Amino acid sequence: MSFALETAAHPEGLRRVAIDPVSRVEGHGKVTLLLDEHNHVQQARLHIVEFRGFEKFIEGRPYWEVPVMVQRLCGICPVSHHLAASKAFDRVLGATPISASAEAVRRLMHYGQMLQSHALHFFHLSSPDLLFGFDSPVAQRNIVGVAQAHPEIAKKGILLRKFGQEIIRITAGKRVHGTGAVPGGVNKLVSAEERDSLKRELPQMLAWAQDAVDIAKQLHAQNPALYNRFGSFRSNLLSIVRADGAMDLYNGVLRVRDEAGHILVDGVDDQKYLDLIEEEVRPWSYMKFPHLRSLGRELGWYRVGPLARVQNCDFIPSERAEIERQAFVDWGKGEPVHATLAYHWARMIEMLHAVEVIAELLDDPALLSGDLLTSGQRQRSGVGIIEAPRGTLIHDYDVGDNDLVTRCNLIVSTTHNNQAMNEAVRSVARDYLDGHELTEGLLNHIEVAIRAYDPCLSCATHALGQMPLDVTLLAADGTVLDRVQKSALGGVSRSINHSSDEISL
Amino acid sequence: MNILPNGVPPLHAPRKLKLATVSLAGCFGCHMSFLDMDERLLQLLEYVEIDRSPLTDIKTIGRCDIGLIEGGLCNAENVHVLREFRSHCKTLVAVGACAINGGLPAQRNQRDVGQMLRDVYCGQTGIDAGGQIPNDPELPLPLNHVHPIHEVVHVDYYLPGCPPSADAFWTFLNDLLAGRTPQLGHGLIHYD
Repeated sequence: MSFALETAAHPEGLRRVAIDPVSRVEGHGKVTLLLDEHNHVQQARLHIVEFRGFEKFIEGRPYWEVPVMVQRLCGICPVSHHLAASKAFDRVLGATPISASAEAVRRLMHYGQMLQSHALHFFHLSSPDLLFGFDSPVAQRNIVGVAQAHPEIAKKGILLRKFGQEIIRITAGKRVHGTGAVPGGVNKLVSAEERDSLKRELPQMLAWAQDAVDIAKQLHAQNPALYNRFGSFRSNLLSIVRADGAMDLYNGVLRVRDEAGHILVDGVDDQKYLDLIEEEVRPWSYMKFPHLRSLGRELGWYRVGPLARVQNCDFIPSERAEIERQAFVDWGKGEPVHATLAYHWARMIEMLHAVEVIAELLDDPALLSGDLLTSGQRQRSGVGIIEAPRGTLIHDYDVGDNDLVTRCNLIVSTTHNNQAMNEAVRSVARDYLDGHELTEGLLNHIEVAIRAYDPCLSCATHALGQMPLDVTLLAADGTVLDRVQKSALGGVSRSINHSSDEISL
Repeated sequence: MNILPNGVPPLHAPRKLKLATVSLAGCFGCHMSFLDMDERLLQLLEYVEIDRSPLTDIKTIGRCDIGLIEGGLCNAENVHVLREFRSHCKTLVAVGACAINGGLPAQRNQRDVGQMLRDVYCGQTGIDAGGQIPNDPELPLPLNHVHPIHEVVHVDYYLPGCPPSADAFWTFLNDLLAGRTPQLGHGLIHYD
């Protein structure tokens, strides 16, 4: 069996419409639609179109380089990769638990990142759709348009993100691709001066984060029909939770709920993720399709990220965010909320929670003094799982006696949502596009659905694709730099190239 | 907090300049660092209009004054987009380590592309049985190696760093907007 609208029965003769590139998301993706002569959608796919091959070239590197290397998977959520890798190598070093100080600094870094990433997504990337309408003029549909029409909202967004980025700078050394965490602990603690500079901003940030939840809530209240229906479908929900069921974005056990909200699996040790999840490859995307082994590919796929986390946990361990979680749960009237656009509301609840956690952490004396590093009994492998802004992030490594990585497996947040994003695209294609003349505004509806998942398409590129083509890369002076051809059997053949020669232009 | 180097004059430009940005084989970190100009962004937007960019929904590039290129070249589509940027932008800037020398993604240049493909899709941990190599015509063909952009087009300026800091962006764009040759100076040029 395959999924509805994934593959047209007779693609020949259908008209192809592409949204390329998908914009106001991180990374590189495109959507293709195949339509018949009456504009009925026969096929809709979100393709991830870039290869980078991180999992392979990390093999052979010393393990202590990896937490810095893997940040280059993604510039929006580098801290997630930094910490997930560090947690995996904590295991390899037997540094479990790490010191109280190291954990406090890492948690501060992580929740700072949650704040900056969620602010960026809501204000800089998605708010134009939500504030102006999905088919508003293309020239206005960006952060510049928001800054002109709603200067206060744009400014709050910019300054909330700035606060999160400053937390990252203080804990990691710089805002993007820092070096704060190391296997077994952290590189540095926080000074009293740095802590106080952050504390001064807290009341304002708390108020603005609350405002952001209110904006998201109002959007739902003003247009419940749209917000409940748009891109909505039922799915399982996966995340980590604290052992007592509380929301914890840094550490926990794996939990899955089914589409009715009943717990399917709970308390799974993060080191045993492979017992729970397997991945499937489909020929039209670089991104793999994960699902629960026990349920298989058709029934076992699930969603991750804010929508899953806010509903998967039993409670949020901070006062204001818990009040907001309850309001969110009430919105579902006893059923899980499955609406794609509800991701934004859930994301803002998490952003509020992040500010509250940051406030708690800044009062922790362990931030200022204590041990940086811990060591223990060396192990051959380690798994690090963390809740990144976009969902559950898995780093899994084997390390040899010579300290070199011998195996690396990454399942990034956006990959878990691969099937879900495709379902959202197809739902919107069915409900809004089918049978209509496709306008720019209608096509943007598809992107609105994708954006709700806040995909990080850079993170999710693993492998190679190929076109039935012969591609030759010429330098400006006509020198052949690179040539790739696809053989009849689908293999890629390569030509010698001279890319190491400096070419003067 | 961020402090501008001494002697940097305030933002000045005779007219709104058109700016386009793209991330090729990069991680988006340079775009993040651009946004790290924070409230200075609002000032910048008084002098700059953003054309094609991941931050807007303009998907085809028009005539632009400045093109900022993040990332190197890892597939045929990257090359196509880069050439479009070169032909539409008066001034083209290689932003960050990947555009300038391939950066971390160029680590894959030591390995055979076909072998990596088989490893990742047919031999990776946790893959279900029957792994296959994606081969859909919609997927752009990867290059054997990751290339820096100056190997394919002429580049006017290089803004180094992984990523360049927000202050480096700010200083560079200020100079460019004012018609001066950009000078980053001590403290704004470093890799990490």
